Amino acid sequence: MATEPKWMDAEETSALAILLEPLKRQVQVLQDYSYLAARAIASLFSPPLYVNDLLQQMDIIGIGSLPIVLLTGAFIGAVMVLQTASQFERFGETALTGDIVSLALVRELGPAITGLLVAGRNASGMASELGSMLVTEQVDAMRAMGTDPDRKLVAPRLLATMCVLPLLTAMADFVGLTGGFIVSYFTLRIGAVEFWTRALNALEFSDLMQGMAKPVIFAFLLATIGCYKGLTVRGGTQGVGRATTQAVVASSVAILVSDFFLTKLALFLAGKSL
Amino acid sequence: MNAASSEPVISFEDVHLGFGDGDVLRGLSFRLLPRETKVLVGETGSGKTLILKLAAGLLKPIAGHVRVLGRDLGPMTEAQLLPFRREIGFVFQESALFDSMTVGDNVAYRLTEEGVEPSETDARVLEALTFVEMEHAVDKLPDELSGGMRRRVSIARALVSRPPIVLYDSPTAGLDPITSQTIITLILRLRDTQGVTSLLATHRLQDAFALANYGFDPAQNRVMKASLPELASRNGQPSTNFLFLREGKVYFEGGQQAVLESPDAYLRKFLV
Ligand SMILES: Nc1ncnc2c1ncn2[C@@H]1O[C@H](COP(=O)(O)OP(=O)(O)O)[C@@H](O)[C@H]1O
Ligand SMILES: [Mg+2]
Repeated sequence: MATEPKWMDAEETSALAILLEPLKRQVQVLQDYSYLAARAIASLFSPPLYVNDLLQQMDIIGIGSLPIVLLTGAFIGAVMVLQTASQFERFGETALTGDIVSLALVRELGPAITGLLVAGRNASGMASELGSMLVTEQVDAMRAMGTDPDRKLVAPRLLATMCVLPLLTAMADFVGLTGGFIVSYFTLRIGAVEFWTRALNALEFSDLMQGMAKPVIFAFLLATIGCYKGLTVRGGTQGVGRATTQAVVASSVAILVSDFFLTKLALFLAGKSL
Repeated sequence: MNAASSEPVISFEDVHLGFGDGDVLRGLSFRLLPRETKVLVGETGSGKTLILKLAAGLLKPIAGHVRVLGRDLGPMTEAQLLPFRREIGFVFQESALFDSMTVGDNVAYRLTEEGVEPSETDARVLEALTFVEMEHAVDKLPDELSGGMRRRVSIARALVSRPPIVLYDSPTAGLDPITSQTIITLILRLRDTQGVTSLLATHRLQDAFALANYGFDPAQNRVMKASLPELASRNGQPSTNFLFLREGKVYFEGGQQAVLESPDAYLRKFLV
């Protein structure tokens, strides 16, 4: 029986192994991802820093995403007023509109929506760009010429996103409030002074902290996931397409899941723990 | 210089490499001596690219040793390998030019990275591009060039830092015969003017025979039959050897004569 095919006894003995195999792969992926992120961060703390690449990425991510972020922000603020105003009118409390729009935008919707938009635009862009470079051996060519791709490709994208996303979020917050104000002015007849005073007074320092800390974390997640998906492409051009989709899905999920825990943490730190 | 007595520039000792579903390289051993040109011949998928990447430390063997210039690459970290790769020029199969950079910036890349003076960089880039007769394309982007032109630029990019070792991954794959000949002539000139040690992968033996049969005479600035005594005396005797891969091992190793005289059916497949 020496000629019995090898896979047969392998199958019998390793039912458990087959069940554990996908799990092991997931752990491996998580480990590789963590290493990549760690190496990219470490490379930010030692020279050389690729300043040109950094500025270019800031331009692509920041200026490139600005129109869509502003447009979306304005409409989110506007639609929130439409939705809440009809509720507040029932209680005759329409003055609260400014409070609610500003709290929801600054704490939650501004960071989350901006994060998701930039994930859709740039995590996918990073995955497809780095993925194409990988399958055309440009990444190997870079290594062959003595450049560390983590430093040259990943670090500038990571740092650029972490610098730019909080700024984009702040602008989304502002245009969102403006959109909300315009709608409340025309539908609820709330004056500018009343709306903006209430909107600003509703915000505490902890809300601003939360609203600015979230985009930093989201930026980290979407940039590292986008780069990781790009640098681990398998299977040629088709693989690049797959990686691009996966980068958007994975970074969007990561943003939404981390948002929940970050909110929980922020509430705890602000002493409003549930 | 007596090549036989000198230390090998590259040596593979019982190298294994694989990706889960069976090893691609299964105990590969060979040595590349100074000034030698070794041609790796094997079918598509036989692991030629993997061997070149192992030699540049871009991949690590799962067993065995890869030594380059006396150093075992296996235990070296990526941080140690990055500067070490200065000794090696790599011409990738599909050129692998950075497609967002101009031809000039591609060729200048390594010098810029190493902080060479811009004026010196410009001069050396021009020199390298002139060598491959692509100096007119310095401001073009790679996708404005034909496949053969891209291959030439990628040779310029590999030679600009004057490495003692150059690895060529299927430099004539996908090119028409005339363009292939231009590329082979460049490889000849690089070998015979700068004395580089070359490792070249191909599945087209005809192209590789030209490396054995011809030489470049810098004094007369032309390619001539390698058998001419005047060339032999000037260039020393750079030897060209052929290494056939089969099932992850060295199947046959020898000079052109031995290849041509071999009755082996597997070798003859590559001769058509
Ligand atoms: N990253 C990889 N993952 C899995 N298999 C690979 C990888 N790289 C190469 N291979 C496999 O190794 C074998 C040899 O590849 P390669 O060295 O590119 O062949 P050649 O250059 O001789 O055509 C091929 O069968 C290929 O499928
Ligand atoms: Mg190949």
